[in-house]
Amino acid sequence: MTLPPAAANLAGFARLVRTAGFAIASEQIVTFLRGVELLGPRSMDDIHDAALATLAPSPDRRAEFDALFRAWFWGDVTAVAAGDDDDETKVKDDGGAREEVFAPVEQIVGGEMASATEKLAARHFAMDREDRDAFALRLPAALPTRRSFRNAKASRGRPDLRRSLRAIVASDGDVPSPVMRRRLEVQRPLLLLIDISGSMKLHTADHLKLAHEIVRHADRAEVFTLGTRLTRITVPLRIADPELAMERVSETVEDWDGGTRIGPTLLALLSVPRFAAFARGASVVVLSDGLERGDHREMELAFRRLGARAHRLSLATPLAADSRFWPRTAALKAVLPYLDDLIDGSSTDAISRFILSLAKPARRASDIWREAS
Amino acid sequence: MNHLDDIAPSPEALAARLRNERYLADDGLATAIFLAIRLGKPLLLEGAPGVGKTEAAKAVARLLGCELVRLQCYEGIDAAHALYEWNYQRQLLAIRQAGEREVDIYDDRFLIARPLLQVLQAPAERVLLVDEIDRSDHEFEALLLEFLSDFQITIPERGTVTAKAQPIVVLTSNRTRELAEALRRRCVYHWIGYPDAEREAAIIMARAGDVAEATAAAVARAVQDIRVRPLAKPPGISEAIEWANAATVLEKGGSPWPEAFRRAIGVLVKDEEDLTYLAPELPRILEKALG
Repeated sequence: MTLPPAAANLAGFARLVRTAGFAIASEQIVTFLRGVELLGPRSMDDIHDAALATLAPSPDRRAEFDALFRAWFWGDVTAVAAGDDDDETKVKDDGGAREEVFAPVEQIVGGEMASATEKLAARHFAMDREDRDAFALRLPAALPTRRSFRNAKASRGRPDLRRSLRAIVASDGDVPSPVMRRRLEVQRPLLLLIDISGSMKLHTADHLKLAHEIVRHADRAEVFTLGTRLTRITVPLRIADPELAMERVSETVEDWDGGTRIGPTLLALLSVPRFAAFARGASVVVLSDGLERGDHREMELAFRRLGARAHRLSLATPLAADSRFWPRTAALKAVLPYLDDLIDGSSTDAISRFILSLAKPARRASDIWREAS
Repeated sequence: MNHLDDIAPSPEALAARLRNERYLADDGLATAIFLAIRLGKPLLLEGAPGVGKTEAAKAVARLLGCELVRLQCYEGIDAAHALYEWNYQRQLLAIRQAGEREVDIYDDRFLIARPLLQVLQAPAERVLLVDEIDRSDHEFEALLLEFLSDFQITIPERGTVTAKAQPIVVLTSNRTRELAEALRRRCVYHWIGYPDAEREAAIIMARAGDVAEATAAAVARAVQDIRVRPLAKPPGISEAIEWANAATVLEKGGSPWPEAFRRAIGVLVKDEEDLTYLAPELPRILEKALG
């Protein structure tokens, strides 16, 4: 270490931020030091502004970043705890790629989170390896698509003037066979919303396992958990190793097996423009029993809004496995008109079969259930 | 580059110059722009729609006396839209016209420069704005990454075009998806949030046409109040400016104050459900803002 003490102090802060789970490259630390030098620095505000501009913490974790800043430069230890507390949002998104995880924290917290990890690890997964591989293999081709703006070379289709002319120019004016083009197809996003409330306890682990396969193998997929709050778990699910991915998920989610607030959490999803954009033109699959505690009006509003954005909105409920099942509860009755599908979600097998058939046309849920009566 | 040192000796001086261009930047944004200019790094601005990301780039271009070259991103944008393209029709015509003579069909006159190449050709006179980069696909982001690190473009028929000086680049994103970490870390980053009432009133005064100071202050207060509510689309600064303008026009047409605001609400909140949600509370919000 040949850094002068002042610079070492600044670099130390950058490293602290990195250990707290922010993704920071060495290049950014160099830029940070140069920025501080360029600014003077005349005050702590300069250093703070430079840190924000160059270390680029994501806006969702700004409070945490500021708390670390205060702790490092002002020695304000309580600030760290306070910063965590005022982060009382219903929405959680661990956007940044985590490089390291604070192992001790998990052990101290113990209780719920640790037990959730255990539960997830100990539970027997209904979907065995062969089924999973078969599902993963078929998934990319089975999801609904839309036409893209892009064109690709094709043997049949419309003539591609641009490529043809380029071919003509390349062959010095000779006219080879004309090139044709076709609009590409891209996969519609798949948005998976997993209810992790107490009433869905038996199915949560299977659902997460399935979500992991989907995130790993679909082109565009986003996964959220719904409980008393909303948590985005797409990022931890991208990890290839299933065990490690599940471990990260259980660290990220804080409201395992709690109550259900489907309506408010879905509205929370829709009120964040970034998240609401995931639903636009997407196949939205909600894995939930639809047992809403309290008033169902918010749930109805949320489903209406979701349905208006989505390409296809489906609800998979484990209750539908029972042959006597009928959307009888007030909440289910209210959302039925907005649903494209209301299907059996009791087993991974049923859900995965349904997901593989998403691209095929189906009759609306309300028609099917009206006849069944 | 002495020229840049003169324009941006400090963040405060830069903020003052931006104010002359009718753009009010807070300390954080001024520092980010200052660092981007002086360190020669691209500036990445993120924020909700309508907080003035694109305006910031325009103001920077005006400030530097440069032409703004805008590349609007969309899903499916590709190299032919962003880098360069050959004018095939003209090439073919030239070949026919030339007959037996030799013709250089890769001459400058057949090259259509798209925004990225345009900026490379005159880096000192142009500022590049890559707008709404979150709308493009990952492939385009990778292409841009390459461009931003070396500031050069290879044209197979012509060789590599390299910028003589480092051009100033501004990227904006609405954060509808996360950008690659590699892109974020190459840039100076700033998240533009909503301003407080006082600053917003000042912005409205600076940007709106013919709005009285009291109107601007009332609009700013009302918009702050509306923004804290759970709306599907919270109003941005640009909507607030429009609202102030619209209400002033209506007032001149003979509507009294609270009425003019209420009738012009359509330019502020553009979602049917949000309007229904706000309708019963609006008189109280306006009363508080005007009072």
